[in-house]
Amino acid sequence: MKKMVLAGALALSLISTGAMAKDTLRLLTWKGYAPTKLVKDFEAQTGIDVKITYSNNEEMIAKLRATRGGGFDLAQPSQDRISFVQSKYPVYQPIDWSRVNTDQLTKSMVDAVKKNASVDGVSYAVPHCYGTTGMIVNKKLAPNANDWSDLWNPEYAGKISYRLKRPILIATAFGLGENPFALYDDIDAYRKLMKRVEKTLIDGKKLVKNYWTSGDTQVAIIKSGDANVISGWDGKGWSLHESNPDIDFIAPKSGALGWIDTFAIPAKSKNLDAAYKWINFMLEPENAAYFTNQEGYGTASADAINYFNEKTKANFSRSFSKADIDNIKWHPPVPNGFETIEAKVLDRIKAAN
Amino acid sequence: MKKNKSSTFFLLMVPVLLWLVLLIVIPHLDMFFRSFRFENDEGLMVFSLNNYLSFFEDKIYWLTFVKTALYSIGVTILAFIVTFPVAFFLTKVVAKKYSSFMVLLLLIPIWIGELVTIYGWMILLSDNGVINNFLMQIGLIDSPIVMLYTNFSMTIGLLYMSMLFMIIPMMSALESLDDSLIEAASDLGASKWTIFRQIIIPYTTPGIASGGIIVFMLVIGDYVAPNILGGKSSLWFTEQIYNKFLATFNWNEGAAFGFLLLLLSSGIIWLALKLTGQKLEKVGS
Repeated sequence: MKKMVLAGALALSLISTGAMAKDTLRLLTWKGYAPTKLVKDFEAQTGIDVKITYSNNEEMIAKLRATRGGGFDLAQPSQDRISFVQSKYPVYQPIDWSRVNTDQLTKSMVDAVKKNASVDGVSYAVPHCYGTTGMIVNKKLAPNANDWSDLWNPEYAGKISYRLKRPILIATAFGLGENPFALYDDIDAYRKLMKRVEKTLIDGKKLVKNYWTSGDTQVAIIKSGDANVISGWDGKGWSLHESNPDIDFIAPKSGALGWIDTFAIPAKSKNLDAAYKWINFMLEPENAAYFTNQEGYGTASADAINYFNEKTKANFSRSFSKADIDNIKWHPPVPNGFETIEAKVLDRIKAAN
Repeated sequence: MKKNKSSTFFLLMVPVLLWLVLLIVIPHLDMFFRSFRFENDEGLMVFSLNNYLSFFEDKIYWLTFVKTALYSIGVTILAFIVTFPVAFFLTKVVAKKYSSFMVLLLLIPIWIGELVTIYGWMILLSDNGVINNFLMQIGLIDSPIVMLYTNFSMTIGLLYMSMLFMIIPMMSALESLDDSLIEAASDLGASKWTIFRQIIIPYTTPGIASGGIIVFMLVIGDYVAPNILGGKSSLWFTEQIYNKFLATFNWNEGAAFGFLLLLLSSGIIWLALKLTGQKLEKVGS
């Protein structure tokens, strides 16, 4: 009997390695980060098959942690969620910068990501794209909403929505006039600030229509008119603006929250060649511009701006003045243990009546 | 001959054993051991009961569990009230050839999948949704009734996806109920209510109990309906387990909470069986 099981296991492993023999890139990324046209172009150019799995930051980390960095050849976590994960569970491998075409990248972004997504001076990520979390507002019904503090403004009672995850805690802190990022080295002060944030959001809970939970529910709640003032992502807000000009993304007065998503290579990546090829391919100016025109997110590719279409240019200039851009609060890496504090706060807000 | 039989027996045992050991026993053991490991202040993993204790120490956790459990019991009772007339109608009133077609219709929501049916309910219940639009059109109400993102919409979602699992066991119990029992009682002058209480209910209790167990387990372990339809205060215990694993990366506490859910919900079922005088073996058959 044992022999049969063994034979079965052997056969299974043969099948799976047989499938791997063909050149494939197993990509773990976000919805929209691998547009079909670019995938087709890449496959035609290199003969590499791209297999895509869609995910988000939390699930990406959980998946890679479960396999100790296996199962995928390339992942796309946010830059602030890499260093603490890497120091605790080594799921990524260092970036070989000689294989990345850094000439085509925006230098300031490369430097920022090199610094933030690193452990003991070794960097683990290449910047891919950036965007901001701000507010999406129906300007006809809520013409004056322009700051995070409007998310607990009684004027918009019953028409407010946001996602009850860590960005809203950060946003609320900025809306209260504090700078939570400055407290990342003082856990007790941070805990106190989170207490205030918790109180603000619990007191404001009666004004909230609902907490949205995904990109789809974010779009649905403002499109259906169930809410007029919501937290949201710039790309989503701009695509809503296309179908309904009353709705638009705005950068809150106290600062939009900036994120940078990256390319990081899992520790047990089986196809490094394909991973670096994909990184360089996606950051070629024309391809990066295609991605930005399609999805609305900014890109780390320096010369992509030459290929932006009118709509993309208009979106950026409509929502961001020069001052707004300077005021973007970029997420620094999250220190260990802070997410436990935040999770409790989020639980208590969700459970409050 | 005897030897032959035993080799067939073993051959048939293999998939069962593989299934049980690889897919059920080993993962649960892994989770079980994980649930006792705790990161102390020095960052070392040590054996500890802290993961379990935190459930009882922090009132938000056990309150959430109590709320989830009470809600699940409520939905189970509602499911019985809503589906019993349907099951009775389909087995005792409608002709057999129509009833099997109707059961097929009842199955449709299961084919579509929970997520899609829930999005369907969102379209119906939204402030500018189908139901509110209709009621305003015929002039019954002036401003929309808030239905979506409330406990009402969550209950509907939970009920809709679990109802079927109540109907089927009840129907099979009712099918074996001999009609002549009801006729005899009726001839002897029993009222409809007496027949229902003294004959139909006692006879179908095993079916009701097994349906009730399935519905209760489905509802208490559900994640999608409370999360999407439930609105801003609908913290479900499963969501807290999800958060332990994915938001705070605390797999150990998540594993402990998973076991607590298993133990506590099994305890509730055991209690319910005891109170109604049912035996698990009888219900399971």
